[in-house]
Amino acid sequence: MAFKIIASQCTQCGACEFECPSGAIGFKGDNYVIDPNKCTECQGVFELQQCASVCPMPNTCVPA
Amino acid sequence: MSAPIVSLESLTNATSSGQLLRTARSGGGVSSSCGLSSRPTDMDEATWEKINDHPCFSEEAHHYFARMHVAVAPACNIQCNYCNRKYDCANESRPGVVSEKLTPDEALRKVIAVANDVPQLSVLGIAGPGDACYDWKKTRATFERVAKEVPDIKLCISTNGLALPEHVDELAEMNVSHVTITINMVDPAVGEKIYPWIFYGHRRYTGIDAAKILHERQMLGLEMLTERGILTKINSVMIPGVNDQHLIEVSKWVKKRGAFMHNVMPLISDPAHGTCFGLTGQRGPTAFELKALQDRLEGGAKLMRHCRQCRADAVGLLGTDRGQDFTVNQIPADVAYDASKRHAYREVVARMREDHLAAKNEAIAMVASASIRGSLQVAVATKGGGRVNQHFGHAKEFQIYEASQTGIKFVGHRKVEQYCHGGWGEDATLVDIISALEGIDIVLCAKIGDCPRDQLIEAGIRATDAFGYDYIETAISALYAAEHGIDLLQATA
Repeated sequence: MAFKIIASQCTQCGACEFECPSGAIGFKGDNYVIDPNKCTECQGVFELQQCASVCPMPNTCVPA
Repeated sequence: MSAPIVSLESLTNATSSGQLLRTARSGGGVSSSCGLSSRPTDMDEATWEKINDHPCFSEEAHHYFARMHVAVAPACNIQCNYCNRKYDCANESRPGVVSEKLTPDEALRKVIAVANDVPQLSVLGIAGPGDACYDWKKTRATFERVAKEVPDIKLCISTNGLALPEHVDELAEMNVSHVTITINMVDPAVGEKIYPWIFYGHRRYTGIDAAKILHERQMLGLEMLTERGILTKINSVMIPGVNDQHLIEVSKWVKKRGAFMHNVMPLISDPAHGTCFGLTGQRGPTAFELKALQDRLEGGAKLMRHCRQCRADAVGLLGTDRGQDFTVNQIPADVAYDASKRHAYREVVARMREDHLAAKNEAIAMVASASIRGSLQVAVATKGGGRVNQHFGHAKEFQIYEASQTGIKFVGHRKVEQYCHGGWGEDATLVDIISALEGIDIVLCAKIGDCPRDQLIEAGIRATDAFGYDYIETAISALYAAEHGIDLLQATA
């Protein structure tokens, strides 16, 4: 139960990194990556996943 | 006016501050102690103090001073139909486009490198490429580092306004003196056509709700800035058929809330940019439509007509971009700030501006006093310093002035491709330049070859280098007098 980032479409704006309530997103190598062990899909905190809600690119931050 | 012609180029190319001052002083004859200020008569001293070296807030200052943007804030909280943030190209010049994103530490190094090398530098702005207020931690970290190392630079941000109210107090504390808010509507029904969504309070809003929240936050932010005495500029993108007429209403709303300046910019729209408007075929306004709207807005907040819609990583005088000379890999890891070149330049410019202002006022008074009906549209090739000092073939833009019975007014600029490429001119480029100069009566430049001059004449546009190196307004007034057969001396006597 986690989200993932499609690296080829990511603009690397970093908004998801600071919106993530679980600290699950970081810049690794050349891309932003979601740590599936930390990602909670925002359950119990927000109604919708913050990373997917703020992402400017359609279908780029999606269920893994 | 017997102004010495010290070319600004000789100043900015000087390698040391001592050399800079010697070059300037060797011009001789400029009085620096007559107590004149180049402040316009219709502006209070405190406001003038804030804008007199800000190229974006003062048309007069943009002849002398440069800005730089550091692209430290890539995250954004709204989507605009005229923006595609995936785009990244060194040859594109429009807001939101950058070649490299910087960390606050890299930004500090870049600011120091530019300040050491570009004496005209007076302002550091953060204009994204996302939103400076939303990507706040990076914006704040950058300003804090720069204020400590380069204390004599003005700090400035550009924002869509959504996250602005929560940071106004911090902006005031950090001495951010100028804020630009992009406001394209004051009616959410119009906003809905421009903004597909916003991200606010941990959720995404779409449609009319999104536009309504954005509008309320923009107005609140503007009012809060005005209360704290921070100067504001409102940028509006003119989108024909969407908000063009509506911008008259926008102008009234923002003026009422204390906006200092209103800048109406044309929509840049091209399918190749991959923006929503680009792909749907939404067109931008023509130069005539833009000017007609700007003319209708006169009398509201002060109008900015000299905006070049620069990139989020632009460096240099407006109209030139030296950003590519200062990419991070060209900057040494250890670079120390040296203020001497900038200080020397400021001293020189302060003297020149007094002389320029006196010449300008005299020229404007002459044209106004001639009270002749009809206007003259003049395109000027200039490299800065308020003079006709660029070769026709080197111009990448022409500044447009209008001489009429109200005086001489700067009304905008037209971008062109450079015609001359080291000894030869490109005919196809000349055709494009001629079409960009539509409606212009006369082109003033420092030098022009016979071939382009003849082709311009065929297109009904005269070009002359007879006023090369004169102040722009002085040249235009002489031209105006010649056109209408007025004796200059009699007219001003």
